[in-house]
Amino acid sequence: MRLEVRNATFAYRGGDEILRGISFSVSEGDLLSILGPNGCGKTTLIKCLCGMLKLGGGEILLNDKAIHSLTRAEIARNIGYIAQEHGQVFPYSVLEVALMGRAPHLGWFSLPSDKDIGIAEKTLEMMGISHLRDRPYTEISGGERQLTLIAAVLAQQPKMLVLDEPTSHLDLKNQIFILGIMRKFAKEGLSVVMSTHLPNHALHYSSRVVLMGKGGDITVGSAEEVITEENLSKTYGVDIKVLSVSVPMGTNLRFCMPVECAACID
Amino acid sequence: MLDTVIFQVRLPRVFAGVLVGASLALSGTSFQGLFRNPLVSAQILGVASGAGFGAAIAILLSAEPLLVQASAFAFGIMAVGLAYLISRTYKSPSSLMLVLAGIIVGAFFSALTSLIKYIADPYERLPSIVFWLMGGLSMVSIDDVVWMLPPILFGITVLMLIRWRINVLSMGEEEALAFGVNVERYRLIIVTCSTLMTAAAVSISGIVGWVGLVIPHLGRMLVGPDHKVLVPASIAIGATYLMLVDDLARTLTASEVPLGILTAIVGAPFFAYLLRRKAVGWR
Repeated sequence: MRLEVRNATFAYRGGDEILRGISFSVSEGDLLSILGPNGCGKTTLIKCLCGMLKLGGGEILLNDKAIHSLTRAEIARNIGYIAQEHGQVFPYSVLEVALMGRAPHLGWFSLPSDKDIGIAEKTLEMMGISHLRDRPYTEISGGERQLTLIAAVLAQQPKMLVLDEPTSHLDLKNQIFILGIMRKFAKEGLSVVMSTHLPNHALHYSSRVVLMGKGGDITVGSAEEVITEENLSKTYGVDIKVLSVSVPMGTNLRFCMPVECAACID
Repeated sequence: MLDTVIFQVRLPRVFAGVLVGASLALSGTSFQGLFRNPLVSAQILGVASGAGFGAAIAILLSAEPLLVQASAFAFGIMAVGLAYLISRTYKSPSSLMLVLAGIIVGAFFSALTSLIKYIADPYERLPSIVFWLMGGLSMVSIDDVVWMLPPILFGITVLMLIRWRINVLSMGEEEALAFGVNVERYRLIIVTCSTLMTAAAVSISGIVGWVGLVIPHLGRMLVGPDHKVLVPASIAIGATYLMLVDDLARTLTASEVPLGILTAIVGAPFFAYLLRRKAVGWR
């Protein structure tokens, strides 16, 4: 499983280019974070990655095949995508939502079988939400809803997960929980791509980082290489310090903080 | 005599009621799921306005019942076809564009129908047009039932086969794409089936409102939102409901009350009651 972005360019109709000459690749076991200020095109890039938007120039290759030459079901069997915002109209049960992930594996006229239900139940178990199985999806908390969507996406049995700001509406504990799960998935051989607003998340959890600035300039590399005081300060336009603290386990942990913020602490 | 009453008059009417009710309820359920909106019904894409115009112009030109029926059917389908084509002219043909185009086409055909009413002979043709538009099954013959059977059975069969996919579609267009479902293709299938069924139903019953809107909600209250169960439930409830209301229409007063009036008189307060209850099946 390998996803390659080559010289990608994208502009919305009548607008300026949002993505310009972007190249990077994602392989098995990678956990890649996409970091950057509001409006730099993180969501646009993510939608291009899973074939929701078609590039203006360049190409995106999934296992060496152009992504727009694949059918929706073929893409869905390889890539599981969770959007940033998700409105809900009908109160499907949590299990029914998880079952929808089986769609790319079912024929046009088939209903989910007992086997599909088994797979969906298993993914609920993996997310630790088996007890919510029959609850309406519209009546559970935001964190539980995110876990349900991840369960649905896992039911697709994809080789890669693409998540647009998966932690943005979650409390501290759920953020850590979801990031931990993603790290575990990556260790087990899945590829994970996620966008985030928090440099610390990228620094602590990802193996690789794409740092996007406004106007299309990007920096790609390992978290250590990319997340530096210089790069962050330039990208966000505010002074940012990368501090190092020793944690009880005996290692040093780096974390980022805007200087203005640090100045508040007398 | 008994034979005539049962087999030539009553039975065709019961069958017609069952088929019309099932069609309208199923179209409404499919559209509410597809458009993710609990306020749409079978008529949202202009099929009823188109059929109404088709019937009105046929009545104006000749009062031949078969011609009226065929014209209603054809114009009903044409109206939705037109809405679909208009929605395709936009860069990204979304469900929202389709609904807007349907409203545009519906308004256009309603205006044309008014124009025909305005110029129709007020002693002979106008009453027939108005009566047709009110909707009813009193003129139904066994031939009508046979004629409407193929499009309705086709629609029911296909929608039954793809019913689980409506769940996925109702999560939103982008979400459905992410789940590997070809949204545009399923949208075309659902719209085609619903339109065939509704146009066939309306062409023999006239305009019968408040079935395609209310029955899906009743279905969701009884069996929940999962279309795997909701679709067959809507068919059964719609069929039963219209058959019963048609019985009322026939027997309530000495002269018959048009069915379209009664479905609204029964349907509107019933809908208000449903909305008061908590678990109406959507937020």
